[in-house]
Amino acid sequence: MFLDPWKPVKRALITHGHSDHAHAGHERYLCTDVAAPVIRHRLNLTDQVQTVAYGERLQINQVIFSFHPAGHIPGSAQVRVEHQGQVWVFTGDYKLEHDGLSTPFEPLRCHTLITESTFGLPVYQWQTQSDIFADINRWWRSNRSQGKTSVLAAYALGKAQRILVNVDHSLGPVWVHGAIDTVQRVLAAQGLRLPHTRLVTAQSTRTDWEGGLILCPPSALGSPWIKKFQPYSLAIASGWMSLRGTRRRRGADRGFALSDHADWCQLNEAVRASGASRVFVTHGYTEVFARWLQERGVEAYEARTQFDVEAET
Amino acid sequence: MKRFAQLFTELDQTTKTGEKVSALVRYFEEAHPDDQLWAVALLSHRRPKRTVSTALLAQWAAEQARIPIWLFEESYHVVGDLAETLALVLPSPTHSADQSLRDWIDFIRALEPLAIEEKKIRVQDAWMMLAGTERFLFNKLITGAFRVGVSQQLVVKALAHHFQLEPSYLAHRLMGHWSPDTTTLEQLVQTDDTHADRSKPYPFYLAYPLEQDPASLGDPADWQAERKWDGIRGQVIVRHRQLFVWSRGEELVTDKYPEYRVLIDLLPDGTVLDGEILPFKDEKPLGFQSLQQRIGRKNVTPKIRSEVPVVFMAYDVLEHEGVDWRARALWERRERLEKLCGIASSVLHLSPLVPFASWAVLAEERLRSRTFLSEGIMLKRKNSGYRDGRKRGDWWKWKIDPFTVDAVMVYAVRGHGRRANLYTDYTFAVWHQGQLLPFTKAYSGLTDDEIAEVDRWIKNHTVEKFGPVRSVKPELVFEIAFDGIQKSTRHKSGIALRFPRIHRWRKDKPAAEADVLETLNRLLEEK
Repeated sequence: MFLDPWKPVKRALITHGHSDHAHAGHERYLCTDVAAPVIRHRLNLTDQVQTVAYGERLQINQVIFSFHPAGHIPGSAQVRVEHQGQVWVFTGDYKLEHDGLSTPFEPLRCHTLITESTFGLPVYQWQTQSDIFADINRWWRSNRSQGKTSVLAAYALGKAQRILVNVDHSLGPVWVHGAIDTVQRVLAAQGLRLPHTRLVTAQSTRTDWEGGLILCPPSALGSPWIKKFQPYSLAIASGWMSLRGTRRRRGADRGFALSDHADWCQLNEAVRASGASRVFVTHGYTEVFARWLQERGVEAYEARTQFDVEAET
Repeated sequence: MKRFAQLFTELDQTTKTGEKVSALVRYFEEAHPDDQLWAVALLSHRRPKRTVSTALLAQWAAEQARIPIWLFEESYHVVGDLAETLALVLPSPTHSADQSLRDWIDFIRALEPLAIEEKKIRVQDAWMMLAGTERFLFNKLITGAFRVGVSQQLVVKALAHHFQLEPSYLAHRLMGHWSPDTTTLEQLVQTDDTHADRSKPYPFYLAYPLEQDPASLGDPADWQAERKWDGIRGQVIVRHRQLFVWSRGEELVTDKYPEYRVLIDLLPDGTVLDGEILPFKDEKPLGFQSLQQRIGRKNVTPKIRSEVPVVFMAYDVLEHEGVDWRARALWERRERLEKLCGIASSVLHLSPLVPFASWAVLAEERLRSRTFLSEGIMLKRKNSGYRDGRKRGDWWKWKIDPFTVDAVMVYAVRGHGRRANLYTDYTFAVWHQGQLLPFTKAYSGLTDDEIAEVDRWIKNHTVEKFGPVRSVKPELVFEIAFDGIQKSTRHKSGIALRFPRIHRWRKDKPAAEADVLETLNRLLEEK
C-alpha cells in the first residue's frame, strides 16, 4: 500500500490526477470517485481503478483508510489512515481557501501529519481569490480596450477550470487550448458543470476570439500556436508568480499569483488545526518548514521524496 | 508614490522600448513637478543616501513578521532581492498613506541623525502604511538599491518628447553633478547657461562589438584604428583653471587620480578630452586587476601611487576653447587632439593609431593585441561625429578571442533578480595533484533552458549545504572563457581571471578529462 508512489507498486492510493502524483504502471489504483475519470483518462486505465466517496471508510488488514477533501482541485484528497487508535493524515496537495470549484478542504485531527510544503516560506502569502480575479478581470478589460487578445497560461487540470468559474464572463468569450478542452470533456462527462468555452482550432480566426480570453497550458508558451493571437498580452497564473524574479524570467507581460497550494499562513493553520504532535514535511521547502515547526515545539521531520525539484507550474 | 509605483509597474511589465517611452511620457504629463524631478534623478541613478543599514532593516522586518532571522535569510536566498523579501514577509498594512515620492524620499533622508530606536519606530510605521509595489519601492529607496529596467537613453527620449527638445541636448543636460535639492526640472533641462556647471561632462559614445567581417565596413581608408586599452573610460575637463575627472559610470573621480593635476597646466582652458584611465608603468600598461586594487582604496597613498601609477590615454577631444566640438568630423578632432597631446608628458598619452592598408593587415594587428596588453582593436569612422550612448555604425570594438579552459563545477549558489531561486552562480575547479582546485566563479553564458537543466541537476546532486552554498558532485564540465589572467595571492589557486564566463557546456567531456592547473600557469608565463 503506497501513497502517490512514483515507482510501480501493487496497490497505489492516488490523491489526485496531476502528473507528479498519479504515475502509470501500478497494478491497482485507489482514488476518489470524482478524481477517477481524469486519472483513468490520463493513464489509460480501465478496471484497475477502485473508487471511494469522500469520507467512506475502507478496511484493509486492520487498517482503516479514508479519503477527505483537500481543496486542491476537483476530487483531490487527503488520505486518513487509522491503525490501533493511531491516526495518520497525508495531505497530498491542498489549500484552505474555497475556490468555488473544488470541495473545500476538510480539517482532520490526527496524531501524525504528513504535509506538503510547496510554498513553505513566509514570502508566499496569497491575496484573496476575489482580489486576484479583480486583477485578472482588469487586465482582460484593459487588453480589450487596446485591441489585444488576453492569453492566460494555467495548469490544464484544476487551475484552468478555477479561472473559468471565477472570471467575469460579461467581458467576452473564453476560448481554450486543446489540452484544456480534453480535460473539460472528461469533467463534463462526469457531471461537473462548467461555463461554456470554445475550442481554438486550425479553422478559428482572429475575429472569432476578438476581445476574448484564451486559456492555455504553460507548455503552450513559446510555441508557434500562441503566435496566432497577435496582438496579445500574455499572463501566467501560478503561485510562483508572486516573486518578481520568476515573473521576469518567464517573459510574460503579467503574472497572477493564483495558486492551488496552501501559502505560508495556510500551512501553519493546517498544522495547528490537525492537532498533530508529529509532522513530516514533504514536497517543497521541507528542511526550512520542518525547522520552523521544531522551533515552535512540534516534533517535525523533513521527509525526503523524489520531489526535490520545484516545478514551476 | 502611487503614480510613481504605476510608472514602475508599467516599465517592469514590458520589454518593448516604445511602450516604456510612452509610459514615461504619460508620467511626465501627469505627475507633480517635484516628483518628476526625483523620478528623473532616480532613473539616472541619483539615489538618496542610505540612512539605515540593511542588517537592521532585515531584523526589524523579521520582528514585525514574527519570524526568526534565519528564516528571513532563507527567504532572502530564494527571493534573491532584499527589498522584495522585506516587502513580502511583512504583514498587510494597517492603514493607508497618500505621501508623494518626494515625501518618502524626505522621510528617508530625515532618518539620518536619529537614534536607532527612533528609526525603527518610523520605518516599521511606514511599512504598515504601504502595500504591494509602493512598499517594494520604499524598500528599494531605503536600501539604496533602486534600479529599474529602463536605460538613460529612453528617459532622455521621453523627456525630449515632453519638453520638445533635442535628445542629444537633453542627454548632455542630464550629465554631471546636479541634485533635486538645488534645481528644478525646468532649470535642469532648459536653462541656457552651459557654464552654470563647470564640471558637466558630455555623454560618452560607446562602441558596438564587431561580429561581422570587417570587410563589410567598406574601404579601410575611411577608418581609423587604435588599440583597445583595458582601463576605465574617463573624461578629463579643464574649465576656469579647474580640473574634473569623470568615469564612465558618471562618477566624479578627480581626487582618486592626483597624477592628473598636472593636466591643468598642460591643457588650455575650455578643454574636454575623452580617454582611458590606464594603469601604466615602465612604458607599458598594467593589468586591469591592478587598477581595481587602486579603485578599492579609500585613500590614495603614495605607496599605491608608486605601485599602480596611472596615465590618461587620450582618444578624442570633445570641447576645445570652450566650444563643443562633437559635431566635427573625427579626422578634424584627431588633428586637434594630436596638437593638444604634443607636449611631452609622463601623464598625458596620445592613443597611437594602428596603421593598416587592408583589412587583412588589421586582422594581423588584432592577433598581436596581447603583446601590447590590449583587448583588441577599436575602429572609428574618420568622418563621423562624436555621438552619445551606444549607437551602431561609426564605432566598433573588435576584441580578441578569449582564452578558454575546461573546468569542473564544484559549488553553486542561487542567483538574484531574474535568476532568483535558481542555481546560477557556480564555482569551477581544475585538477591539481589529483585534486580539484577551485579557481574561478562564473555567472553568465548559459541559455535559460540550460540554466533550468543545470539547476535541476544541482538540486539532485547536492553533496553538502553550507548556508546558501551547495557543493555538488564533481561531474559537470564547462568551457570557461576569460580575457586575462594574473597572479593572485588572495586565491588558493594563485591566479585571478579577468571577466570569466561560461562558453559552453561540455556534455561530451567527463570530469577526469578537465584541464589541469599547469595549463593556466603556462598562460601566466606566456604573458
